[in-house]
Amino acid sequence: MTAAALGVDVGSTTCKAVAIDLAGRIQRSAVEPVDPRIESQVERLVAAVRGPAGTGLPLGATGYGRKRVPGGRAVTEITCHARGAFARIGRPGLLVDLGGQDTKAIRVGGTGQVLDFAMNDKCAAGTGRFLEIILGRLRIPLDEVAALAAGAARAVPVSSTCTVFAESEVISLVASGEPLDGIVRGLCRSLASRVAALARGPGAEGVEVFLSGGLALNAAMVAALGEEMGRPVQVVPDPQLVGALGAALSVLPRAG
Amino acid sequence: MTAHYLQGRYAEGAVPVAWVTSGFPVELLRPLGFHTVYPENHAAICGVKRLVTTLAAAAEEEGYSRDLCSYARTDLGSAFTGQTPVGRLPRPDLLCCCTNICQTVLYWYRALAERFRVPLVLIDTPYVYGEAPPHRLRYVRDQLEEAVQVAEGIAGRRLEPEELREVTRLAREGSRLWGECLAQSRYRPAPWTGIDGFFHMAPIVSLRGTEACNAYYRMLRDELAHRVQRGVGGIREERHRLLWDNLPIWFWIRPLATLLAERGFNFVCTSYTSAWAEAGRRVDPEDPIGSAAFAYTHVILNQDLRHRLDILRRLAEEYQVDGAVLHSDRSCKPYSIGQVDLREILAAELKIRVLLLEADHSDPRAFAAEAGENRLGAFMEGFA
Repeated sequence: MTAAALGVDVGSTTCKAVAIDLAGRIQRSAVEPVDPRIESQVERLVAAVRGPAGTGLPLGATGYGRKRVPGGRAVTEITCHARGAFARIGRPGLLVDLGGQDTKAIRVGGTGQVLDFAMNDKCAAGTGRFLEIILGRLRIPLDEVAALAAGAARAVPVSSTCTVFAESEVISLVASGEPLDGIVRGLCRSLASRVAALARGPGAEGVEVFLSGGLALNAAMVAALGEEMGRPVQVVPDPQLVGALGAALSVLPRAG
Repeated sequence: MTAHYLQGRYAEGAVPVAWVTSGFPVELLRPLGFHTVYPENHAAICGVKRLVTTLAAAAEEEGYSRDLCSYARTDLGSAFTGQTPVGRLPRPDLLCCCTNICQTVLYWYRALAERFRVPLVLIDTPYVYGEAPPHRLRYVRDQLEEAVQVAEGIAGRRLEPEELREVTRLAREGSRLWGECLAQSRYRPAPWTGIDGFFHMAPIVSLRGTEACNAYYRMLRDELAHRVQRGVGGIREERHRLLWDNLPIWFWIRPLATLLAERGFNFVCTSYTSAWAEAGRRVDPEDPIGSAAFAYTHVILNQDLRHRLDILRRLAEEYQVDGAVLHSDRSCKPYSIGQVDLREILAAELKIRVLLLEADHSDPRAFAAEAGENRLGAFMEGFA
């Protein structure tokens, strides 16, 4: 089946593009660290996923850079994530999206619509940036986090009020001889507790929890969030592409 | 309002000048010939004119915390630097502060008193749970009587009961007229927007108790009624009707208005503008001081959360809104506290969509426009 619609999600950390068929299935996708020259990056990624279908396909755009996508219809990432996750999971629930500088808790209804949402305000301490900055300081690549955290004998408590303060706190912990793996596990717990506080709003009781966003690729984070929420957390397939998929679904021509 | 601020430039030395909080019973001062300056209104003008960053920074340099209300920092900054968008503010002979809107005004006016070396009249209004018991109203009334004596001393004349009755009558009529203006938005489409209301409320705040105020609102009411008759709306196509809670975001009012109007959303009622149609109606020319004690003790910010919920619920029903935006205003803690509960209750009881929007009434440094726009955008998409 050829591509029927395109979606791009220009986030704060990465830029994602997908091409979907008429049934809403992802055919091709691309993910890159976001480039400040949004227009040229989007053009390149869209050309890469478009394939033989050529130009003229409807394009949905979401994420912080959505308004700078030439020819794209802009839809907020809250709506897109709800649509994208619902398309993959097929059930209503509570979607937690762990983005680079946004954490969203979205209550998704029975048709994929947004019932309610909450986001981090003013501060990025409960987002991917928190982990990114501190891991950078510890010189630990993100893909080693899961194994390190899993092997830790215990989680070393780290505060989550402020990324900058947590960074200096971690430096002190290292200096006082705390094990790195324990600190990494503590960081995941710290971030998860902040996210869980946001997600535990009204209407969240007893609802299935789904996880999307780049951090959902990290098994340590998924485990920590499950512990904090007190129930299993299910990762949406291709969690990083959920927003772009939702954007593409927003412009997909209805069958018939 | 232009004439009011213009008069202010020449008031100093010609007539007694009082700087007053928005919730002070100004009816007591007008018959004594005071020109009144409203620092809060002035700060709002600074907000719209985008002067807050400069003025607030001047106050912060003097040691005032950035966590303090941005109105207070703006006005203190204006007092320290002499900068103002209105040309010139007359120096006060008297400062009049009523704690019915917040406790910040107490410290703000103390700072002004220290700077200008003039008397400060403080009216302390105990917080109301349900309805204020008689002894508390007597306490407020006693303070008002004392305030009159201080004001008489500065004005150099006695407060004539007949004149006080007349000003009280005018104030009550003004509040009633303002209420009639707001009530025009019960019609569909609403003939104006809640954002228009934020600007048109200036006279009921700053010129309450004058014929000029009332003449303005008679004209406005008639114009709005005429628009209703002709079916002319405040925005081109009214698709959804919203309620706004708390002060406006003065520096972001234009982008907000555009964002909403483009998608057919209109704030048809706001708890803030309607507050000025509520309290003033309770003043009574037959008992100006006793009724002022009651009216000014029972303002929205001096009453418990249950009362706030009742107001929001009533507005939502009377104006038939589909959703509500609760502005969580970093600068106005008394107005913002409890909004998480209010949001939950309104959404559950009235089955409407409710958004909590983090911002500030006049400090753009405490507001992330991109994040704000994103949340509002998602909120509006939810109505589709």
